[in-house]
Amino acid sequence: MIGIVDYRAGNLTSVARALDSLHEPCIITHDSKLLDSASHIIFPGVGAAGTAMANLRESALDGHLKRWVQEGKPILGICLGTQVIFDRSEEDDTPCLGIVPGEVKRFPADLREGGERLKIPHMGWNRVSFREDHPVFAGIPAEAEFYFVHSYYPAPADTTRVAGWTDYGIRFCSAVARGNLVAVQFHPEKSGRPGLTLLANFCRWGGNNAQ
Amino acid sequence: MLSKRIIPCLDVRDGRLTKGIKFKENVDIGDPVEAAREYYEQGADEIVFYDITASSEGRTIMLDVVKRVAETIFIPFSVGGGIGTVEEMRRVILAGAEKVSVNSEAVKNPGIIAEGARAFGSQCIVLGMDVKKVPASKEIPSGYEMVIHGGRTFTGLDALRWAKEAERLGAGEICLNSIDADGTQDGYEIELTALISSHVGIPVIASGGAGKPEHLLDVLTRGKADAALIASMVHYRTHTISEIKNFLHDHGVKTRLQW
Repeated sequence: MIGIVDYRAGNLTSVARALDSLHEPCIITHDSKLLDSASHIIFPGVGAAGTAMANLRESALDGHLKRWVQEGKPILGICLGTQVIFDRSEEDDTPCLGIVPGEVKRFPADLREGGERLKIPHMGWNRVSFREDHPVFAGIPAEAEFYFVHSYYPAPADTTRVAGWTDYGIRFCSAVARGNLVAVQFHPEKSGRPGLTLLANFCRWGGNNAQ
Repeated sequence: MLSKRIIPCLDVRDGRLTKGIKFKENVDIGDPVEAAREYYEQGADEIVFYDITASSEGRTIMLDVVKRVAETIFIPFSVGGGIGTVEEMRRVILAGAEKVSVNSEAVKNPGIIAEGARAFGSQCIVLGMDVKKVPASKEIPSGYEMVIHGGRTFTGLDALRWAKEAERLGAGEICLNSIDADGTQDGYEIELTALISSHVGIPVIASGGAGKPEHLLDVLTRGKADAALIASMVHYRTHTISEIKNFLHDHGVKTRLQW
């Protein structure tokens, strides 16, 4: 059973529907006991960092998330779920969970590519250069693109934890991997077949990747 | 680098897919869920649904369509048409849509953009604009006027001014439809699209007038659009999405070619 963490952040049902299509049983809940009994945790979310952290603290899920990371349960962060695992976010100047050292920054306003001014949010399909050896990213073609929608991006302190890079005016970290934790900035549940491959890989992953 | 998005637009009336010309003469062309699945498999980057139903019974049917679409395709999709309150937005989002689009309702009550953005985030809120070319005047300096109620009511509102105001209020994207070009298959309104796109910092989807792949190439380059809406071209099966994407790729426009 896959546990999807419900902290009132955005549309969690789209992750559940993608898992349904993969015939992976899942539950959307804020009940930490039910999440304790899940084999894997997905921590999704869209919205603002400040509200997300307030909801996590209020429901005491912040402590449980840290514990699940320590206990070695396989965890997948998605979008806002990925951003709040860092130390802090520039969005509303929010202190976050501090599970992975680093910050979440806003894309600079004057971002350019090939002379054209880039728009913010970074919204649409873009490539991710994955670190090849990770089981969660296995079988994803190099040319595959993923759906992004965000104005802030993760900047890990230790770039050896970066598992995927994406170019949008700057090169930013679109995936991190550390032990039993994988976190991605894009939306695998909305990225067609490559996204479903990633989710299926995660559901089969034991979380005991070397590092 | 972002790919330019190709977005089929499905008009839905009472749960059925329809296509009109200049907002009139709607004909039934099939099941929207089946069409969405087909376009997803052809490589659509996103799908837009416009609910042109008037009755409340039709709206309930639409929510069921949204739910079935969300179970079938795994790319983003938006729903618009008659959505004017946060509660109506919530229903559509809970049924499985990523984005909601507001159009006439936002012109009448601009506050709905800010309320929606606060409740669900700017990325959820698409401003739909129906625009008609008019002689430039003091009131309409850009020469493009906002029209509402499916193209029937002129508002006296300048399209460029409204686009900037909607961005300020928190819209995350603009879907820009030229009424003059809509359904003609003679090409997008390039000047209008370039004007709006170069004056806002949020993505602009060009809409209205697509008849052949050259039209998309034009609006995604000269028109500075971030995405292009298509309807007749694919509904009548004169083109496939993958064929359009290959054409754009061959002409130097980055599109998503693998799915």
